[in-house]
Amino acid sequence: MNTKSLYQEVILDHNRKPRNYGKLEHPSHHAVGHNPLCGDRLDIALQIENNQIDQIAFHGESCAICKASASMMTAAVKGKSPTDAEILINEFREMATGKLDLNNPNHLGRLTVFSGIRDLPTRVKCAILPWHTLHAALNAVSSVSTESDNDPMHAAPGSG
Amino acid sequence: MINADVAMTSEADTTINVEKIRTDFPILKLNVGDKPLIYLDNAASCQMPQQVIDRLVHYQTTQHANINRAVHYLSEVATMEYEKARHRVQQFVNAREDREIIFTSGTTDSINLVMQGYGRKFIKAGDEIILTTLEHHSNIVPWQMLAEEKGAVIRVVPINDAGELDIEAYEKLFNDRTKFVGLIHVSNALGTINPVKSMIAFAHQHGVPVLIDGAQAAPHMAVDVQDLDCDFYVFSAHKLCGPTGIGMLYGKSSLLESMEPFKGGGDMIASVTFEKTTYAAIPHKFEAGTPPIAAAIGFGAAIDYLCSVGMEQIAAYELELLHYATESIQGIKGARIIGTAAHKTAVLSFVLDGIHPHDIGTILNEDGIAVRTGHHCAQPVMERFKVPATSRASFAFYNTKSEVDALMAGIRNVQKIFL
Ligand SMILES: Cc1ncc(COP(=O)(O)O)c(C=O)c1O
Repeated sequence: MNTKSLYQEVILDHNRKPRNYGKLEHPSHHAVGHNPLCGDRLDIALQIENNQIDQIAFHGESCAICKASASMMTAAVKGKSPTDAEILINEFREMATGKLDLNNPNHLGRLTVFSGIRDLPTRVKCAILPWHTLHAALNAVSSVSTESDNDPMHAAPGSG
Repeated sequence: MINADVAMTSEADTTINVEKIRTDFPILKLNVGDKPLIYLDNAASCQMPQQVIDRLVHYQTTQHANINRAVHYLSEVATMEYEKARHRVQQFVNAREDREIIFTSGTTDSINLVMQGYGRKFIKAGDEIILTTLEHHSNIVPWQMLAEEKGAVIRVVPINDAGELDIEAYEKLFNDRTKFVGLIHVSNALGTINPVKSMIAFAHQHGVPVLIDGAQAAPHMAVDVQDLDCDFYVFSAHKLCGPTGIGMLYGKSSLLESMEPFKGGGDMIASVTFEKTTYAAIPHKFEAGTPPIAAAIGFGAAIDYLCSVGMEQIAAYELELLHYATESIQGIKGARIIGTAAHKTAVLSFVLDGIHPHDIGTILNEDGIAVRTGHHCAQPVMERFKVPATSRASFAFYNTKSEVDALMAGIRNVQKIFL
Protein backbone atom coordinates (compact mmCIF):
# COMPACT_ATOMS: atom_id res chain seq x y z
CA MET A 1 0.00 0.00 0.00
CA ASN A 2 1.23 3.46 -0.76
CA THR A 3 -0.86 6.05 0.98
CA LYS A 4 1.82 8.68 0.41
CA SER A 5 0.43 9.06 -3.08
CA LEU A 6 -3.00 9.80 -1.60
CA TYR A 7 -2.19 12.84 0.51
CA GLN A 8 -0.58 14.68 -2.36
CA GLU A 9 -0.30 18.43 -2.52
CA VAL A 10 -3.26 18.68 -4.93
CA ILE A 11 -5.54 16.95 -2.46
CA LEU A 12 -4.20 18.86 0.52
CA ASP A 13 -4.65 22.11 -1.38
CA HIS A 14 -8.27 21.37 -2.29
CA ASN A 15 -8.87 20.43 1.33
CA ARG A 16 -7.41 23.70 2.57
CA LYS A 17 -9.05 25.87 -0.10
CA PRO A 18 -12.05 23.98 -1.40
CA ARG A 19 -13.41 25.31 -4.72
CA ASN A 20 -17.13 26.01 -5.08
CA TYR A 21 -17.61 25.75 -1.34
CA GLY A 22 -20.88 27.22 -0.10
CA LYS A 23 -24.57 27.28 -0.96
CA LEU A 24 -26.73 28.30 -3.93
CA GLU A 25 -29.71 30.62 -3.51
CA HIS A 26 -32.19 28.78 -5.71
CA PRO A 27 -30.73 25.50 -6.90
CA SER A 28 -32.58 23.50 -9.52
CA HIS A 29 -31.06 20.27 -8.16
CA HIS A 30 -29.99 19.39 -4.67
CA ALA A 31 -29.01 16.37 -2.55
CA VAL A 32 -27.46 15.51 0.78
CA GLY A 33 -25.03 12.62 1.08
CA HIS A 34 -24.33 10.92 4.32
CA ASN A 35 -21.82 8.34 5.48
CA PRO A 36 -23.19 7.19 8.82
CA LEU A 37 -20.06 5.15 9.53
CA CYS A 38 -17.83 8.19 9.89
CA GLY A 39 -20.39 10.96 10.28
CA ASP A 40 -19.48 12.63 6.98
CA ARG A 41 -22.23 14.83 5.58
CA LEU A 42 -22.17 16.60 2.26
CA ASP A 43 -24.68 18.98 0.74
CA ILE A 44 -24.52 19.52 -3.02
CA ALA A 45 -26.58 22.07 -4.95
CA LEU A 46 -26.70 22.67 -8.70
CA GLN A 47 -28.16 25.14 -11.11
CA ILE A 48 -28.78 23.40 -14.43
CA GLU A 49 -29.86 25.48 -17.40
CA ASN A 50 -30.07 24.51 -21.07
CA ASN A 51 -28.77 21.07 -20.26
CA GLN A 52 -25.62 22.48 -18.69
CA ILE A 53 -24.38 22.61 -15.10
CA ASP A 54 -24.20 26.39 -14.74
CA GLN A 55 -23.46 26.53 -11.06
CA ILE A 56 -22.50 23.99 -8.43
CA ALA A 57 -21.71 24.37 -4.75
CA PHE A 58 -21.09 22.05 -1.84
CA HIS A 59 -20.72 22.28 1.90
CA GLY A 60 -20.68 19.96 4.85
CA GLU A 61 -18.43 18.16 7.27
CA SER A 62 -16.01 15.53 6.15
CA CYS A 63 -12.48 14.23 6.05
CA ALA A 64 -9.85 15.69 3.75
CA ILE A 65 -10.27 12.97 1.13
CA CYS A 66 -14.00 13.59 0.85
CA LYS A 67 -13.66 17.37 0.82
CA ALA A 68 -10.90 17.40 -1.80
CA SER A 69 -12.85 14.93 -3.89
CA ALA A 70 -15.93 17.19 -3.71
CA SER A 71 -13.90 20.27 -4.52
CA MET A 72 -12.23 18.71 -7.55
CA MET A 73 -15.50 17.17 -8.66
CA THR A 74 -17.34 20.48 -8.67
CA ALA A 75 -14.54 22.04 -10.69
CA ALA A 76 -14.61 19.13 -13.13
CA VAL A 77 -18.35 19.02 -13.82
CA LYS A 78 -19.02 22.76 -13.95
CA GLY A 79 -20.06 23.68 -17.49
CA LYS A 80 -20.68 20.07 -18.45
CA SER A 81 -24.00 18.47 -19.38
CA PRO A 82 -25.60 16.11 -16.84
CA THR A 83 -24.86 13.24 -19.26
CA ASP A 84 -21.14 14.08 -19.33
CA ALA A 85 -21.19 14.43 -15.55
CA GLU A 86 -22.65 10.94 -15.29
CA ILE A 87 -19.83 9.58 -17.43
CA LEU A 88 -17.34 11.15 -15.05
CA ILE A 89 -19.22 9.83 -12.01
CA ASN A 90 -19.02 6.36 -13.46
CA GLU A 91 -15.34 6.58 -14.29
CA PHE A 92 -14.47 7.96 -10.87
CA ARG A 93 -16.34 5.19 -9.14
CA GLU A 94 -14.66 2.55 -11.30
CA MET A 95 -11.26 4.08 -10.55
CA ALA A 96 -11.88 4.26 -6.79
CA THR A 97 -12.96 0.64 -6.63
CA GLY A 98 -10.02 -0.48 -8.75
CA LYS A 99 -12.08 -1.53 -11.77
CA LEU A 100 -10.78 1.08 -14.18
CA ASP A 101 -7.66 0.48 -16.25
CA LEU A 102 -6.05 3.90 -16.19
CA ASN A 103 -4.09 3.05 -19.32
CA ASN A 104 -7.31 3.22 -21.32
CA PRO A 105 -8.64 6.61 -22.40
CA ASN A 106 -10.83 8.32 -19.79
CA HIS A 107 -12.08 11.76 -18.87
CA LEU A 108 -10.69 11.93 -15.35
CA GLY A 109 -7.66 14.17 -15.90
CA ARG A 110 -6.28 15.40 -12.58
CA LEU A 111 -8.87 13.36 -10.72
CA THR A 112 -6.54 10.39 -11.09
CA VAL A 113 -4.72 11.67 -7.95
CA PHE A 114 -7.40 9.64 -6.19
CA SER A 115 -6.41 6.38 -7.86
CA GLY A 116 -4.45 5.29 -4.74
CA ILE A 117 -7.71 5.07 -2.80
CA ARG A 118 -8.41 1.65 -4.30
CA ASP A 119 -5.73 0.23 -1.98
CA LEU A 120 -7.54 1.60 1.08
CA PRO A 121 -10.96 -0.07 1.06
CA THR A 122 -12.06 1.70 4.23
CA ARG A 123 -11.48 5.09 2.58
CA VAL A 124 -13.10 4.41 -0.79
CA LYS A 125 -16.43 5.68 0.48
CA CYS A 126 -14.88 8.96 1.59
CA ALA A 127 -13.75 9.68 -1.96
CA ILE A 128 -16.93 8.44 -3.58
CA LEU A 129 -19.47 10.20 -1.33
CA PRO A 130 -19.48 13.50 -3.30
CA TRP A 131 -19.93 11.69 -6.63
CA HIS A 132 -22.61 9.58 -5.18
CA THR A 133 -24.40 12.68 -3.91
CA LEU A 134 -24.03 14.42 -7.27
CA HIS A 135 -25.54 11.37 -8.96
CA ALA A 136 -28.48 11.58 -6.56
CA ALA A 137 -28.97 15.30 -7.19
CA LEU A 138 -28.92 14.81 -10.96
CA ASN A 139 -31.52 12.07 -10.60
CA ALA A 140 -33.73 14.09 -8.25
CA VAL A 141 -33.06 11.93 -5.20
CA SER A 142 -32.81 14.26 -2.25
CA SER A 143 -30.80 12.20 0.20
CA VAL A 144 -28.47 9.24 -0.04
CA SER A 145 -26.50 7.16 2.38
CA THR A 146 -23.43 5.06 1.75
CA GLU A 147 -25.08 2.36 3.85
CA SER A 148 -28.43 1.88 2.15
CA ASP A 149 -29.02 -1.50 0.55
CA ASN A 150 -30.32 -0.25 -2.75
CA ASP A 151 -27.36 2.04 -3.18
CA PRO A 152 -26.08 1.53 -6.73
CA MET A 153 -22.67 2.86 -5.73
CA HIS A 154 -22.25 0.63 -2.77
CA ALA A 155 -18.58 0.33 -1.93
CA ALA A 156 -16.68 -1.88 0.49
CA PRO A 157 -17.74 -1.64 4.15
CA GLY A 158 -16.18 1.32 5.90
CA SER A 159 -14.48 1.32 9.25
CA GLY A 160 -16.84 1.68 12.19
CA MET B 1 -9.63 -5.26 43.94
CA ILE B 2 -10.33 -3.38 40.78
CA ASN B 3 -9.61 0.25 40.07
CA ALA B 4 -8.70 1.81 43.38
CA ASP B 5 -6.15 -0.78 44.43
CA VAL B 6 -4.58 -0.92 41.04
CA ALA B 7 -4.11 2.83 41.05
CA MET B 8 -2.40 2.65 44.43
CA THR B 9 0.03 -0.09 43.55
CA SER B 10 0.80 1.22 40.09
CA GLU B 11 4.15 2.85 40.73
CA ALA B 12 5.53 0.20 43.03
CA ASP B 13 4.57 -2.93 41.20
CA THR B 14 5.33 -2.74 37.49
CA THR B 15 7.26 -5.98 37.41
CA ILE B 16 6.63 -6.71 33.78
CA ASN B 17 9.44 -7.67 31.45
CA VAL B 18 8.02 -6.11 28.31
CA GLU B 19 10.88 -7.04 26.03
CA LYS B 20 10.50 -10.68 26.98
CA ILE B 21 6.73 -10.53 26.66
CA ARG B 22 7.03 -9.07 23.18
CA THR B 23 8.97 -12.12 22.02
CA ASP B 24 5.87 -14.19 22.84
CA PHE B 25 3.87 -12.37 20.14
CA PRO B 26 5.06 -13.32 16.66
CA ILE B 27 2.87 -10.73 14.94
CA LEU B 28 4.70 -7.89 16.68
CA LYS B 29 7.70 -8.62 14.43
CA LEU B 30 5.64 -7.67 11.39
CA ASN B 31 6.50 -4.73 9.15
CA VAL B 32 3.83 -2.55 7.58
CA GLY B 33 5.40 -1.39 4.36
CA ASP B 34 8.92 -0.61 5.53
CA LYS B 35 7.91 0.36 9.07
CA PRO B 36 7.70 -1.91 12.09
CA LEU B 37 4.13 -2.53 13.19
CA ILE B 38 3.02 -0.46 16.17
CA TYR B 39 -0.22 -2.07 17.22
CA LEU B 40 -2.40 0.29 19.26
CA ASP B 41 -5.82 -1.13 18.43
CA ASN B 42 -6.00 -3.60 21.29
CA ALA B 43 -9.48 -2.52 22.39
CA ALA B 44 -10.79 -3.76 19.05
CA SER B 45 -8.87 -7.02 19.23
CA CYS B 46 -5.73 -8.11 21.03
CA GLN B 47 -2.89 -10.16 19.49
CA MET B 48 -2.24 -13.81 20.30
CA PRO B 49 0.92 -15.12 21.97
CA GLN B 50 2.76 -18.19 20.69
CA GLN B 51 1.61 -20.14 23.76
CA VAL B 52 -2.03 -19.84 22.68
CA ILE B 53 -1.22 -20.52 19.02
CA ASP B 54 0.68 -23.64 20.13
CA ARG B 55 -2.25 -24.75 22.24
CA LEU B 56 -4.58 -24.50 19.24
CA VAL B 57 -2.15 -26.49 17.11
CA HIS B 58 -1.73 -29.10 19.84
CA TYR B 59 -5.48 -29.52 20.14
CA GLN B 60 -6.03 -29.70 16.43
CA THR B 61 -3.15 -32.12 15.85
CA THR B 62 -3.68 -34.50 18.78
CA GLN B 63 -6.99 -33.96 20.58
CA HIS B 64 -9.80 -33.06 18.20
CA ALA B 65 -13.15 -34.81 17.99
CA ASN B 66 -16.70 -33.74 18.69
CA ILE B 67 -17.51 -33.35 22.38
CA ASN B 68 -20.18 -34.91 24.60
CA ARG B 69 -21.14 -37.46 21.99
CA ALA B 70 -19.00 -40.55 21.73
CA VAL B 71 -17.27 -42.99 23.99
CA HIS B 72 -14.09 -43.10 21.93
CA TYR B 73 -10.75 -41.77 23.10
CA LEU B 74 -10.58 -38.51 21.17
CA SER B 75 -14.12 -37.48 22.02
CA GLU B 76 -13.32 -37.99 25.67
CA VAL B 77 -10.10 -35.99 25.46
CA ALA B 78 -11.77 -33.16 23.57
CA THR B 79 -14.68 -33.08 26.03
CA MET B 80 -12.29 -33.01 28.96
CA GLU B 81 -10.18 -30.22 27.48
CA TYR B 82 -13.28 -28.20 26.61
CA GLU B 83 -14.57 -28.54 30.18
CA LYS B 84 -11.12 -27.69 31.55
CA ALA B 85 -11.28 -24.46 29.58
CA ARG B 86 -14.64 -23.71 31.19
CA HIS B 87 -13.03 -24.31 34.55
CA ARG B 88 -10.23 -21.85 33.71
CA VAL B 89 -12.83 -19.20 32.89
CA GLN B 90 -14.67 -19.97 36.12
CA GLN B 91 -11.47 -19.47 38.12
CA PHE B 92 -10.53 -16.36 36.15
CA VAL B 93 -13.72 -14.52 37.11
CA ASN B 94 -14.13 -16.36 40.44
CA ALA B 95 -17.58 -17.77 39.69
CA ARG B 96 -18.93 -20.21 42.28
CA GLU B 97 -19.19 -23.14 39.90
CA ASP B 98 -18.24 -24.14 36.38
CA ARG B 99 -21.88 -24.47 35.37
CA GLU B 100 -22.31 -20.73 35.78
CA ILE B 101 -20.04 -20.24 32.75
CA ILE B 102 -21.68 -20.49 29.32
CA PHE B 103 -19.50 -20.48 26.23
CA THR B 104 -20.87 -18.15 23.57
CA SER B 105 -19.43 -16.73 20.37
CA GLY B 106 -18.53 -13.48 22.13
CA THR B 107 -19.79 -10.48 24.06
CA THR B 108 -22.47 -9.65 21.53
CA ASP B 109 -23.75 -13.22 21.53
CA SER B 110 -23.75 -13.33 25.34
CA ILE B 111 -25.82 -10.16 25.62
CA ASN B 112 -28.26 -11.45 23.03
CA LEU B 113 -28.55 -14.70 24.96
CA VAL B 114 -29.53 -12.81 28.10
CA MET B 115 -31.93 -10.62 26.15
CA GLN B 116 -33.60 -13.67 24.56
CA GLY B 117 -33.46 -16.02 27.52
CA TYR B 118 -34.08 -13.62 30.39
CA GLY B 119 -35.48 -10.46 28.81
CA ARG B 120 -38.15 -12.06 26.64
CA LYS B 121 -39.36 -14.13 29.57
CA PHE B 122 -39.36 -11.59 32.37
CA ILE B 123 -39.67 -8.12 30.84
CA LYS B 124 -43.17 -6.88 30.10
CA ALA B 125 -44.95 -3.87 28.66
CA GLY B 126 -44.21 -0.69 30.59
CA ASP B 127 -41.13 -2.17 32.32
CA GLU B 128 -37.98 -0.09 32.29
CA ILE B 129 -34.44 -1.07 31.34
CA ILE B 130 -31.57 1.14 32.46
CA LEU B 131 -28.56 1.52 30.16
CA THR B 132 -25.81 4.14 30.08
CA THR B 133 -24.53 6.62 27.50
CA LEU B 134 -21.24 4.73 27.53
CA GLU B 135 -22.67 1.44 26.23
CA HIS B 136 -21.25 -0.26 23.17
CA HIS B 137 -23.92 -0.74 20.50
CA SER B 138 -23.99 -4.42 21.42
CA ASN B 139 -25.46 -3.53 24.81
CA ILE B 140 -27.97 -1.10 23.30
CA VAL B 141 -29.44 -2.68 20.20
CA PRO B 142 -30.59 -6.03 21.72
CA TRP B 143 -32.44 -4.14 24.46
CA GLN B 144 -34.01 -1.82 21.92
CA MET B 145 -35.23 -4.85 20.01
CA LEU B 146 -36.70 -6.24 23.22
CA ALA B 147 -38.26 -2.90 24.20
CA GLU B 148 -39.81 -2.64 20.76
CA GLU B 149 -41.24 -6.14 20.99
CA LYS B 150 -42.56 -5.84 24.54
CA GLY B 151 -43.42 -2.18 24.78
CA ALA B 152 -40.75 -1.70 27.44
CA VAL B 153 -38.90 1.57 27.97
CA ILE B 154 -35.16 2.28 27.90
CA ARG B 155 -33.78 4.84 30.35
CA VAL B 156 -30.27 6.17 29.87
CA VAL B 157 -27.70 7.24 32.49
CA PRO B 158 -25.94 10.42 31.32
CA ILE B 159 -22.19 11.16 31.57
CA ASN B 160 -20.25 14.26 32.56
CA ASP B 161 -17.63 16.12 30.50
CA ALA B 162 -14.91 13.76 31.69
CA GLY B 163 -16.84 10.77 30.41
CA GLU B 164 -17.89 9.53 33.86
CA LEU B 165 -21.35 8.25 34.68
CA ASP B 166 -23.65 10.56 36.60
CA ILE B 167 -24.32 8.27 39.55
CA GLU B 168 -26.90 10.55 41.11
CA ALA B 169 -28.89 10.50 37.88
CA TYR B 170 -28.51 6.71 37.76
CA GLU B 171 -30.03 6.31 41.20
CA LYS B 172 -32.90 8.65 40.35
CA LEU B 173 -33.86 6.50 37.37
CA PHE B 174 -35.02 3.65 39.60
CA ASN B 175 -38.70 3.13 40.27
CA ASP B 176 -40.98 0.14 40.62
CA ARG B 177 -41.08 -0.37 36.85
CA THR B 178 -37.28 -0.82 36.66
CA LYS B 179 -36.63 -4.45 35.74
CA PHE B 180 -33.11 -4.65 34.33
CA VAL B 181 -29.78 -2.79 34.23
CA GLY B 182 -27.19 -3.17 31.44
CA LEU B 183 -23.90 -1.59 32.40
CA ILE B 184 -20.54 -1.35 30.67
CA HIS B 185 -17.65 -2.05 33.08
CA VAL B 186 -15.04 -0.15 31.06
CA SER B 187 -15.89 2.14 28.15
CA ASN B 188 -14.32 0.99 24.89
CA ALA B 189 -14.53 4.48 23.41
CA LEU B 190 -13.05 6.41 26.36
CA GLY B 191 -11.51 3.94 28.79
CA THR B 192 -13.66 5.08 31.73
CA ILE B 193 -13.78 2.48 34.51
CA ASN B 194 -17.25 2.59 36.01
CA PRO B 195 -17.96 2.04 39.73
CA VAL B 196 -19.96 -1.05 38.90
CA LYS B 197 -19.82 -2.65 42.33
CA SER B 198 -21.70 0.13 44.09
CA MET B 199 -24.06 0.52 41.12
CA ILE B 200 -24.90 -3.18 41.29
CA ALA B 201 -25.51 -2.92 45.04
CA PHE B 202 -27.89 -0.03 44.44
CA ALA B 203 -29.82 -1.94 41.77
CA HIS B 204 -30.09 -4.92 44.10
CA GLN B 205 -31.64 -2.72 46.79
CA HIS B 206 -34.45 -2.34 44.25
CA GLY B 207 -34.42 -6.03 43.40
CA VAL B 208 -33.16 -5.36 39.88
CA PRO B 209 -30.65 -7.70 38.18
CA VAL B 210 -27.58 -6.25 36.46
CA LEU B 211 -25.66 -7.37 33.38
CA ILE B 212 -22.07 -6.15 33.18
CA ASP B 213 -20.43 -5.84 29.76
CA GLY B 214 -16.86 -6.66 30.72
CA ALA B 215 -15.43 -6.78 27.18
CA GLN B 216 -12.93 -4.03 28.01
CA ALA B 217 -12.45 -4.85 31.68
CA ALA B 218 -11.57 -8.55 31.72
CA PRO B 219 -8.42 -8.08 29.59
CA HIS B 220 -7.06 -5.34 31.82
CA MET B 221 -7.90 -6.03 35.46
CA ALA B 222 -8.76 -8.84 37.85
CA VAL B 223 -12.51 -9.45 37.79
CA ASP B 224 -14.33 -11.15 40.64
CA VAL B 225 -17.99 -11.74 39.86
CA GLN B 226 -18.79 -12.79 43.43
CA ASP B 227 -17.24 -9.66 44.84
CA LEU B 228 -19.07 -7.50 42.29
CA ASP B 229 -22.23 -9.53 42.92
CA CYS B 230 -23.30 -8.96 39.31
CA ASP B 231 -26.04 -11.17 37.94
CA PHE B 232 -24.50 -11.54 34.48
CA TYR B 233 -20.98 -10.80 33.27
CA VAL B 234 -19.91 -11.08 29.62
CA PHE B 235 -16.74 -10.75 27.54
CA SER B 236 -14.96 -11.99 24.40
CA ALA B 237 -11.76 -14.05 24.25
CA HIS B 238 -10.28 -12.16 21.30
CA LYS B 239 -9.76 -9.00 23.35
CA LEU B 240 -7.78 -11.05 25.84
CA CYS B 241 -5.14 -12.72 23.64
CA GLY B 242 -7.53 -15.53 22.72
CA PRO B 243 -9.21 -16.61 19.49
CA THR B 244 -12.20 -14.94 17.82
CA GLY B 245 -15.54 -16.72 17.78
CA ILE B 246 -15.58 -17.52 21.49
CA GLY B 247 -16.65 -15.63 24.57
CA MET B 248 -18.37 -16.20 27.86
CA LEU B 249 -21.50 -15.48 29.77
CA TYR B 250 -21.38 -15.74 33.53
CA GLY B 251 -24.77 -15.92 35.17
CA LYS B 252 -25.86 -16.71 38.69
CA SER B 253 -27.04 -20.30 38.53
CA SER B 254 -30.54 -19.53 39.83
CA LEU B 255 -31.02 -16.96 37.06
CA LEU B 256 -29.61 -19.19 34.34
CA GLU B 257 -31.90 -21.98 35.49
CA SER B 258 -34.94 -19.73 35.32
CA MET B 259 -34.17 -18.69 31.74
CA GLU B 260 -35.40 -20.13 28.47
CA PRO B 261 -32.79 -21.56 26.12
CA PHE B 262 -31.91 -19.20 23.29
CA LYS B 263 -31.19 -21.81 20.64
CA GLY B 264 -32.55 -25.30 20.23
CA GLY B 265 -30.63 -28.28 18.89
CA GLY B 266 -28.22 -31.03 19.78
CA ASP B 267 -26.27 -31.07 23.04
CA MET B 268 -28.77 -28.86 24.85
CA ILE B 269 -31.38 -31.51 25.59
CA ALA B 270 -31.98 -34.19 28.17
CA SER B 271 -34.46 -36.05 25.98
CA VAL B 272 -36.41 -35.41 22.82
CA THR B 273 -39.67 -36.90 21.61
CA PHE B 274 -42.06 -35.21 19.22
CA GLU B 275 -44.40 -34.75 22.16
CA LYS B 276 -41.95 -33.12 24.52
CA THR B 277 -38.33 -32.13 24.86
CA THR B 278 -36.62 -31.78 28.21
CA TYR B 279 -33.70 -29.41 28.26
CA ALA B 280 -30.31 -30.28 29.63
CA ALA B 281 -29.10 -28.64 32.82
CA ILE B 282 -26.97 -25.49 32.68
CA PRO B 283 -24.53 -24.77 31.13
CA HIS B 284 -25.38 -27.21 28.32
CA LYS B 285 -28.93 -25.88 28.03
CA PHE B 286 -27.41 -22.78 26.41
CA GLU B 287 -24.82 -24.48 24.22
CA ALA B 288 -26.81 -25.98 21.37
CA GLY B 289 -24.88 -27.58 18.55
CA THR B 290 -21.16 -28.23 18.19
CA PRO B 291 -19.34 -25.32 19.82
CA PRO B 292 -16.01 -23.86 18.62
CA ILE B 293 -14.06 -26.42 20.66
CA ALA B 294 -10.58 -25.33 19.63
CA ALA B 295 -11.45 -21.70 20.29
CA ALA B 296 -12.75 -22.51 23.77
CA ILE B 297 -9.53 -24.36 24.57
CA GLY B 298 -7.55 -21.43 23.16
CA PHE B 299 -9.62 -19.16 25.41
CA GLY B 300 -8.47 -21.21 28.40
CA ALA B 301 -4.87 -21.01 27.22
CA ALA B 302 -5.14 -17.24 26.82
CA ILE B 303 -6.32 -16.98 30.42
CA ASP B 304 -3.35 -19.13 31.49
CA TYR B 305 -1.06 -16.79 29.61
CA LEU B 306 -2.54 -13.61 31.11
CA CYS B 307 -2.39 -15.10 34.59
CA SER B 308 1.26 -16.04 34.07
CA VAL B 309 1.95 -12.35 33.39
CA GLY B 310 -0.37 -11.38 36.25
CA MET B 311 -3.54 -9.32 36.04
CA GLU B 312 -2.39 -6.90 38.74
CA GLN B 313 0.92 -6.43 36.95
CA ILE B 314 -0.86 -5.90 33.62
CA ALA B 315 -3.17 -3.29 35.16
CA ALA B 316 -0.28 -1.47 36.81
CA TYR B 317 1.93 -1.46 33.74
CA GLU B 318 -0.87 -0.33 31.44
CA LEU B 319 -1.72 2.50 33.84
CA GLU B 320 1.87 3.66 33.59
CA LEU B 321 1.59 3.63 29.79
CA LEU B 322 -1.67 5.59 30.01
CA HIS B 323 -0.10 8.26 32.22
CA TYR B 324 2.86 8.54 29.88
CA ALA B 325 0.66 8.79 26.78
CA THR B 326 -1.69 11.28 28.44
CA GLU B 327 1.18 13.56 29.46
CA SER B 328 2.77 13.27 26.04
CA ILE B 329 -0.33 14.21 24.08
CA GLN B 330 -1.04 17.10 26.43
CA GLY B 331 2.20 18.57 25.10
CA ILE B 332 0.84 18.63 21.55
CA LYS B 333 -0.95 21.83 20.60
CA GLY B 334 -4.27 21.27 18.88
CA ALA B 335 -4.74 17.80 20.36
CA ARG B 336 -7.60 17.15 22.73
CA ILE B 337 -8.26 14.01 24.75
CA ILE B 338 -11.86 12.78 24.71
CA GLY B 339 -12.48 11.00 28.00
CA THR B 340 -10.57 12.24 31.02
CA ALA B 341 -12.14 10.15 33.77
CA ALA B 342 -10.26 9.79 37.06
CA HIS B 343 -10.26 6.00 36.65
CA LYS B 344 -9.34 4.79 33.19
CA THR B 345 -7.83 1.85 31.39
CA ALA B 346 -5.12 2.54 28.81
CA VAL B 347 -7.35 4.05 26.15
CA LEU B 348 -6.38 7.36 24.58
CA SER B 349 -9.24 8.74 22.50
CA PHE B 350 -8.36 12.06 20.92
CA VAL B 351 -9.20 14.62 18.26
CA LEU B 352 -6.92 17.06 16.45
CA ASP B 353 -8.15 20.56 15.59
CA GLY B 354 -9.20 20.79 11.97
CA ILE B 355 -8.19 17.25 11.02
CA HIS B 356 -10.67 14.44 10.51
CA PRO B 357 -9.91 11.21 12.41
CA HIS B 358 -9.99 9.14 9.23
CA ASP B 359 -7.19 11.21 7.77
CA ILE B 360 -5.25 10.80 11.00
CA GLY B 361 -5.71 7.03 10.92
CA THR B 362 -4.65 6.71 7.29
CA ILE B 363 -1.53 8.82 7.75
CA LEU B 364 -0.52 7.08 10.99
CA ASN B 365 -0.86 3.81 9.08
CA GLU B 366 1.91 5.04 6.77
CA ASP B 367 4.14 4.98 9.84
CA GLY B 368 3.03 1.45 10.66
CA ILE B 369 0.86 2.70 13.53
CA ALA B 370 -2.49 0.96 13.92
CA VAL B 371 -5.12 3.05 15.69
CA ARG B 372 -8.87 2.90 15.37
CA THR B 373 -10.77 5.84 13.95
CA GLY B 374 -14.52 6.24 13.92
CA HIS B 375 -17.32 6.11 16.43
CA HIS B 376 -16.10 2.85 18.06
CA CYS B 377 -19.64 1.42 18.05
CA ALA B 378 -20.52 4.03 20.65
CA GLN B 379 -22.39 6.71 18.74
CA PRO B 380 -24.15 8.08 21.86
CA VAL B 381 -20.70 8.84 23.32
CA MET B 382 -19.64 10.69 20.17
CA GLU B 383 -22.88 12.65 20.23
CA ARG B 384 -22.32 13.59 23.87
CA PHE B 385 -18.91 15.06 23.02
CA LYS B 386 -20.24 16.57 19.77
CA VAL B 387 -17.62 14.89 17.61
CA PRO B 388 -18.43 12.68 14.61
CA ALA B 389 -15.55 10.36 15.44
CA THR B 390 -12.29 10.14 17.36
CA SER B 391 -8.92 8.49 16.89
CA ARG B 392 -8.28 5.90 19.55
CA ALA B 393 -4.99 4.42 20.65
CA SER B 394 -5.66 1.51 22.99
CA PHE B 395 -2.70 -0.09 24.72
CA ALA B 396 -1.92 -3.61 25.84
CA PHE B 397 0.75 -4.86 28.22
CA TYR B 398 3.07 -5.60 25.27
CA ASN B 399 3.16 -1.96 24.18
CA THR B 400 6.07 0.24 25.19
CA LYS B 401 6.83 3.86 25.97
CA SER B 402 8.85 4.08 22.79
CA GLU B 403 5.72 3.10 20.88
CA VAL B 404 3.91 5.94 22.65
CA ASP B 405 6.74 8.23 21.46
CA ALA B 406 6.28 6.95 17.90
CA LEU B 407 2.55 7.69 18.13
CA MET B 408 3.27 11.24 19.27
CA ALA B 409 5.77 11.74 16.43
CA GLY B 410 3.14 10.37 14.07
CA ILE B 411 0.55 12.83 15.36
CA ARG B 412 2.98 15.72 14.90
CA ASN B 413 3.61 14.51 11.36
CA VAL B 414 -0.13 14.51 10.63
CA GLN B 415 -0.35 18.08 11.89
CA LYS B 416 2.58 19.08 9.70
CA ILE B 417 0.95 17.57 6.60
CA PHE B 418 -2.24 19.51 7.26
CA LEU B 419 -0.55 22.75 8.27
C1 LIG C 1 -17.40 -2.73 25.56
C2 LIG C 1 -17.66 -3.67 24.44
N1 LIG C 1 -18.77 -4.39 24.42
C3 LIG C 1 -19.02 -5.27 23.44
C4 LIG C 1 -18.15 -5.46 22.41
C5 LIG C 1 -18.50 -6.45 21.34
O1 LIG C 1 -17.65 -7.53 21.38
P1 LIG C 1 -17.71 -8.66 20.28
O2 LIG C 1 -17.68 -7.95 18.96
O3 LIG C 1 -16.51 -9.50 20.52
O4 LIG C 1 -18.99 -9.40 20.46
C6 LIG C 1 -16.97 -4.73 22.38
C7 LIG C 1 -15.98 -4.90 21.31
O5 LIG C 1 -15.95 -4.24 20.31
C8 LIG C 1 -16.72 -3.81 23.42
O6 LIG C 1 -15.61 -3.08 23.43
